[in-house]
Amino acid sequence: MSEENAAKEPVEGFESPVNLKYSFAAGRATAKFLREIKQGRIVGQRSSITGKVIVPPRGSDPETGTATVEEVVLPDVGTVISFTICHLPIPNNPIMPPFIIANIVLDESDQTFIHLVSECNNEDIQIGTRLKAKWKDSSEWGLSMENIQYFVPLDEAPIDIEELKQKRLKETEKYRNA
Amino acid sequence: MAIQAAVVGVGQSERFRTRIKASIAGLVREAALNALEDAGCSWDDIDAVILGKAPDFFEGHLMPELYLAEALGCIGKPMLRVHTAGSVGGSTACVAASYVQSGQFERILTVTYEKQSESNAMWALSSKQPFNPHLNAGAGGFFAPIIREYMRRTKAPEDVGCKVAYKDRMHALKNPHAHVQEEPNLEEYLASPMLWEPLRFSEVCPSSDGACAMVISNEDLAKKSPNPPAWIAGTSMRSEPTMYPWREEVNPRAGNDCAKDVYKQAGITNPLKEIDMAEVYVPFSWYEPMWAENLFFAEEGEGWKLVLEGTTSRDEGGSCPWNVSGGVMSSNPIGASGMIRFAEAALQVRGMAEDRQVDGCKTALGHAFGGGAQFFATWIVKSDKP
Repeated sequence: MSEENAAKEPVEGFESPVNLKYSFAAGRATAKFLREIKQGRIVGQRSSITGKVIVPPRGSDPETGTATVEEVVLPDVGTVISFTICHLPIPNNPIMPPFIIANIVLDESDQTFIHLVSECNNEDIQIGTRLKAKWKDSSEWGLSMENIQYFVPLDEAPIDIEELKQKRLKETEKYRNA
Repeated sequence: MAIQAAVVGVGQSERFRTRIKASIAGLVREAALNALEDAGCSWDDIDAVILGKAPDFFEGHLMPELYLAEALGCIGKPMLRVHTAGSVGGSTACVAASYVQSGQFERILTVTYEKQSESNAMWALSSKQPFNPHLNAGAGGFFAPIIREYMRRTKAPEDVGCKVAYKDRMHALKNPHAHVQEEPNLEEYLASPMLWEPLRFSEVCPSSDGACAMVISNEDLAKKSPNPPAWIAGTSMRSEPTMYPWREEVNPRAGNDCAKDVYKQAGITNPLKEIDMAEVYVPFSWYEPMWAENLFFAEEGEGWKLVLEGTTSRDEGGSCPWNVSGGVMSSNPIGASGMIRFAEAALQVRGMAEDRQVDGCKTALGHAFGGGAQFFATWIVKSDKP
């Protein structure tokens, strides 16, 4: 379309992005989690009813609705429960597609969270791949899960996630109604 | 026993598509007027309005039910808004039916909508929270890993997803309301680019504008209505948290429980045999085999076989066609998408589905899900009064 014709086209709509600035009230459990991750520590919470460990903790156990108080310091090593290779760019993020977003369960915990996986060939990642966190330089740490830049695969064989689940469920039995 | 309720009017946007020029008020009014016409009644005959849509921050209108009260003729009448994310169209229909079954109201107008062209669903579904990295992956990024786990467990052939997409878009060619009305090509579908591996572009629903409305009445009024009623033989809703330790995401318990409950109400013991057609919420093609298992149409791990055998395809003469309207794969005005499933099921048992009519359809299932596959709504409609 020429510029002259474009000028004659009726305007039927235009984009008007809205910016909303707000304060995030994290709540007691999440605030503690964020203060710990600012120090480079990942701290989850254990349900006193089911014995399972939840990270990031939200102050209650979604299975039973009970408050969670017991803290558990977790390693920054985990397993890919599933993943997608994303072919769309993330706005304002330097990472270029295709990149991997994985559902990760940390060792000694029971609930997945999502994070990036990098420093690998995308084809080498599979369900059960073992990972370790790659942290940003500590001078950049803030109240954010993004203190972990991404996860990188460990030089270990992938594990069977069904077996991992059964192993964890057995382990958590010890902590039930403690 | 509760009062019987029936769908006596169905109205949809003339055609779901992107950038419909009407305002949101115009969009819902069009669907509502079409439903009133089908039901042979006017605004004065409506006792209450039940409205549903996906979360407010999609279009950025807070409590849109207030702004839409006038367009829906309910100034001075009771109005209720339902919120259950993507399943809301189904839940809204269930809530509307319950108000008639309880005897609270005799005749209700229920309406749902979405105007995706005035919204940004990817952004709305990826709000920034400090305890998660901000990856903006949207719904596709959330569901793709679950689909990958389904494929790992069942060893389903890789082309199942594209075959569902092809089947639904073939169905859509017979539905004048459908957004995607382009002859599909299976080879092109199989070669289409990956968006969120293992999901290809061809396996993802479109982004649509549109509205859907129904008039639901009690037995006395249903018998007086000009067109055949669709009797509501069962409704059910179930939900579970988005995340909890070792959550079963492929075959969620809330979906299982919702299906068992609605089948029990409608007296169904073998859904594949006793249900003549189903409109099931499939926004990513792989959800057809996954929901076939979750809704007990197939044994766990075998839903993909129904697809390959053509059981769910009308064009292949399948015994239980799914998404004869083209489904969510062919039109996705999110808030309305669930209600479109329920309304299309109703049209089928009323014998009013025109070119997409399944011959002899007496019993049909409408299904919707939303959130992180955690909210579920279902209903069974029948041509004969239960």
